[in-house]
Amino acid sequence: MKNGKPKVGVLALQGDFEAHGKALARAGADPVEVRTAAELDSVDGLVIPGGESTTMLKLLHYENLFEPLRAFGAAKPIFGTCAGAILLANDVSHPRQESLGLMDIGVQRNAYGRQLDSRIARLEPGEESRLTDADIEAVFIRAPIIRRVGGQARVLASYAGDPVLVEQGRHLVATFHPELTEDPRVHALFLDKVRENGR
Amino acid sequence: MYMDEQFRLKVGLAEMLKGGVIMDVTNAEQARIAEQAGAAAVMALERVPADIRKEGGVARMASIKVIREIMNTVSIPVMAKARIGHFMEARVLEALAVDYIDESEVLTPADEEHHIDKREFKVPFVCGARNLGEALRRIAEGAAMIRTKGEAGSGNIVEAVRHIRTIVKEMKQLTVLGKEELVHEAKNLQAPLELVEWVAKNGKLPVPNFSAGGIATPADASLVMQLGAEAVFVGSGIFKSSDPEARAKAIVKAATYFKDPAKLLEASEELGEAMPGLEIGKLAEGELMQTRGW
Repeated sequence: MKNGKPKVGVLALQGDFEAHGKALARAGADPVEVRTAAELDSVDGLVIPGGESTTMLKLLHYENLFEPLRAFGAAKPIFGTCAGAILLANDVSHPRQESLGLMDIGVQRNAYGRQLDSRIARLEPGEESRLTDADIEAVFIRAPIIRRVGGQARVLASYAGDPVLVEQGRHLVATFHPELTEDPRVHALFLDKVRENGR
Repeated sequence: MYMDEQFRLKVGLAEMLKGGVIMDVTNAEQARIAEQAGAAAVMALERVPADIRKEGGVARMASIKVIREIMNTVSIPVMAKARIGHFMEARVLEALAVDYIDESEVLTPADEEHHIDKREFKVPFVCGARNLGEALRRIAEGAAMIRTKGEAGSGNIVEAVRHIRTIVKEMKQLTVLGKEELVHEAKNLQAPLELVEWVAKNGKLPVPNFSAGGIATPADASLVMQLGAEAVFVGSGIFKSSDPEARAKAIVKAATYFKDPAKLLEASEELGEAMPGLEIGKLAEGELMQTRGW
């Protein structure tokens, strides 16, 4: 914490980490890019951005960051969007791939189809979401679908019947990209988790 | 600048590719190797630029069968090239549902005056540029990602460096000009005033700015990223080298750790031979690919 601003890392191996940095700053955090285990050690929470989950997985292994990241998640909050949600899940399909398994959800990759099926939708937040004052604009880009939500996880918002914003304890995932909008509420929700965890 | 929903989605996918490497592939096996090495996307084409240069003839959109096999093989985005101005090749690629189209000077131009009106398409486009005016003209036509042209198939980074430096310098210059001076600059750049004003205010392009054309080593990738590129395209550099797998991995690492010489050194060990390079000055005017388009 610096001046009451939580220091939040953005995993900057590949993807839209720059957009997340800006979104975190708008929501009141002090964002830093994380590419090494030492940088990971210095932050109170972490965002795993959108991008290509296969690419991020390769780089996590090239740099021996996979286990440090899993250990980080056992103690501190992680927010995964799109590729980040895929990495946090404990079960990934289409095709099957390794993941951190920090959340009890099953995720199907590229589940809407190709880029031509990317879309912008309006979500009605669920009662429990703490985001109830207005719709959320959700940008889906070659997005995954959360096919299974385990008992410990809670659905905060859905689109077309599928969960798209889910929390489990200190962690949060979105299959869409709040960082590609001006609305800071989803990032603010994550910052609440970072602050709660620091207490 | 007017960003409708469709354009935001096009730019959105480009955002997802930042910090990544987009690799040229000519078949499904190469695409698999690229994905395994950590490519953020692959670019399907008939022949890599070095072979187009060597063999000559008309270079066209890749065969549909090959592109489809590549799409069925990898889970990362698949791009494909269409000839400059060939909006029907682009329509075919859109119908095939590729994720991005590169309206590319590497292929033989189909139209010597007009580029494709990319706003009419739902599929996003990337286009090459050598300077800011060219970049802004392509964006005005609907391109959602810009890359330097460099000199494809040369294995020589000098042109990509020239182009990224030129674009970055021209953007910096705009940021200190007054309103009436921007009107004059729009005329010089042959670009719409609205886009010139956007760049002057923000100091960057309104779409992601990547680099291509001559990247052959991890150090080349780091160099153009240090100069302002947000991701890199590697064409002949991987599959014309002696050990494509190792080189692809090394360039992926270099694109992430581009500011870290120690990591770059690590990535550059035991790489085998790079592709053979060409001196740009020894190429005849007609052999240059970067002068195609305007």
